[in-house]
Amino acid sequence: MRRPLGFILLLVLVCATVPANAQSPSELRWGGDAEGGSPFVEADPNDPARVVGFEVEIATLLAEGLGRTPRFQQVGFTSLDAAAARGDFDIGLSGIEDSSARQSRLAVTIPYYQFREELTVRDADAATFRTLADLRGRRVATLGATLAYDLLVAAQSTSSVVPVIYEDDVHPYTDLILGRVDAVLLDDVLAERGVRRNPGLTNQPMAIGVGHYVGITAPGNTDLRDRMNGILISAMRDGRLEAIFRRWKMWNDDQPRLYARLTSGGQTPQTAEDPAPPITGWGAAVRYLPALARAALVTLVLSCLSMALAVATGVLIASGRVYGPRPARVMLTAWVELIRGTPLLLQLFVLYFGLATVVQLPAFVAALIGLGLNYAAYESEIYRGALEAVAAGQLDAARTLGLSERQTLVLVRGPQAFRFALAPMTNDFVALLKDSSLVSVITVVELTKETSIFAANIGSWLLPGAMCAAMYLALSLPLARLARRLERAWKR
Amino acid sequence: MAILEVSDLAITRGSRAVIRGVSFAVERGESVTIMGASGSGKTSVLRAIAGLEPLAAGQVVVDGVALGPGSIPGGSVRRELYRRVGMVFQFHHLFEHLSALHNVWLAPVHVLRQPRKEAERTARALLEQLGVAARADAMPHELSGGEAQRVAIARALAMGPRLLLMDEPTASLDPARRGDLAATLRQLADGGCSLLIASHDEEFVRGCADRVLTMAEGRISEASPR
Repeated sequence: MRRPLGFILLLVLVCATVPANAQSPSELRWGGDAEGGSPFVEADPNDPARVVGFEVEIATLLAEGLGRTPRFQQVGFTSLDAAAARGDFDIGLSGIEDSSARQSRLAVTIPYYQFREELTVRDADAATFRTLADLRGRRVATLGATLAYDLLVAAQSTSSVVPVIYEDDVHPYTDLILGRVDAVLLDDVLAERGVRRNPGLTNQPMAIGVGHYVGITAPGNTDLRDRMNGILISAMRDGRLEAIFRRWKMWNDDQPRLYARLTSGGQTPQTAEDPAPPITGWGAAVRYLPALARAALVTLVLSCLSMALAVATGVLIASGRVYGPRPARVMLTAWVELIRGTPLLLQLFVLYFGLATVVQLPAFVAALIGLGLNYAAYESEIYRGALEAVAAGQLDAARTLGLSERQTLVLVRGPQAFRFALAPMTNDFVALLKDSSLVSVITVVELTKETSIFAANIGSWLLPGAMCAAMYLALSLPLARLARRLERAWKR
Repeated sequence: MAILEVSDLAITRGSRAVIRGVSFAVERGESVTIMGASGSGKTSVLRAIAGLEPLAAGQVVVDGVALGPGSIPGGSVRRELYRRVGMVFQFHHLFEHLSALHNVWLAPVHVLRQPRKEAERTARALLEQLGVAARADAMPHELSGGEAQRVAIARALAMGPRLLLMDEPTASLDPARRGDLAATLRQLADGGCSLLIASHDEEFVRGCADRVLTMAEGRISEASPR
């Protein structure tokens, strides 16, 4: 019965997927991340069904040049490269930075905008922190897999700067205000927006690096890429690109120089500060192995501590629900349902960013508490079920021997319940090990985050994914083995 | 003087009366057996005396500790009750995660605060007395029904109860072992431990009971000397 049903489901999925990916020559499918916000791409506040931003206008310009209609396709920023390589869209436009690594694995357009990497600091630190060298031993925020990130990693060895990786470009600036980081390094478009939204911050005038925004297409799509390059050159000559950037208040003196070089047939300017020439294969594996091992250690330590917290809290909640007075039982039940009924991701956000004005937890501590309390709710249900599964006769026997309720719990009911709970607990620990990847949203770089940085840098998920999977298995398999041995020992 | 006095005991389950006004007494050193068909209420009477069933009406007094109607006893009444009374269940209820020996010394160490070594020595002696010393290190699931029953008796005796309640103690024993158990219980009674045994094994009852109470439909239908 299952096979035909599975086949039908697969068929439905395939049918549902085909139209979305089907090539329609009358359209220019362009991928971008509307979460990037203004001025790049964002949902129109007046009509959230459509998107606005300079990238939207560039997509329209390219589509018009090709005689097509632009159609926006939402793709997460970190997945843009992979989606382009798969051919999920004709062109990706979303503040995508030019890099030699990207050039080597995708068909990349000529640059259409030049940005500077700017250091943003608190007003009070403006005279102290002017360059990365001034930030020795300090925490500097940025986005992963960007030129700014590469610059920070390079500065980590030369100036002992501590890079702190965010997954969005809003929280680096709010955390700078709160003092969680001492500076933010991002491109000037984001830096200007960060300073505009957060009074009390200053952008340092000296550029730390220079980069360019480009469009990306599938590696074999060079014909389309070349036609779009022609359209961009023509728009640079006749001022249509200038008009777009003036509308979005992004036009500055860097752009005429860039356009003059490109329209005169000059080479695409290389980003001088690009510190990471592309490497592939085993070379990449060897280079990233220490970073992955460090991240695996973070995952392991975080998971072990979170599980310890979950077990301890889960035992308390379960005991309260089994032995406590009615008001305590009601409150604990409500707490368990609240935690189980809301996403872990949301809880992590609230704990780290939402409560930041009240209590500023270090990222690792927030991750530990978030994971620990979330899993405590699930553990408590396992323990409650296990406690209630202990035969009533065992409790009667304990009672008639004169053991108190507490002694019965500790000496009889608890140990027996623990045997029932062991298998689901092991299962939960393996799940927690993998769920710990969610804490990257609050700047903790663990195994999955480090892998995604690795994958973004080499432009492939194959080797990083295999290495990451091997490391997760190396962490989880011994645990499952230990649990099985314990179960066997107790069954003797 | 009576070690146990039960007066007008009534127990209900929901709206159903399972014990309807039972009264009797057990003297010190006396061995009393309650007989009766299954469902007559023998086990419920034992459980009420052991503080495991709330009384709907009446009173139970065990060596000066009184249990009245209401919820099952807690606090100091509970502590005092279990210093006086022990119980062996029909299905023995040995702690499944502990060895036979550990089952026997657990309560003396944690309730009576006996030193572990002393409690373990006493436990071994009791297991020896009951003929299961060789099985001291076995886990409950590795014991036969008869062995488990004798370990459960040793566990109750380790607490030195003045009144021992036993629910169908011969249920898992072969005929030879029944005779041995009857002799052991007689020794206990002669040593001053009072016994209240629920059983429908007439031969066993003849071997160890001073007095027999017969129950039917939640009442004592007959009370006769041996």
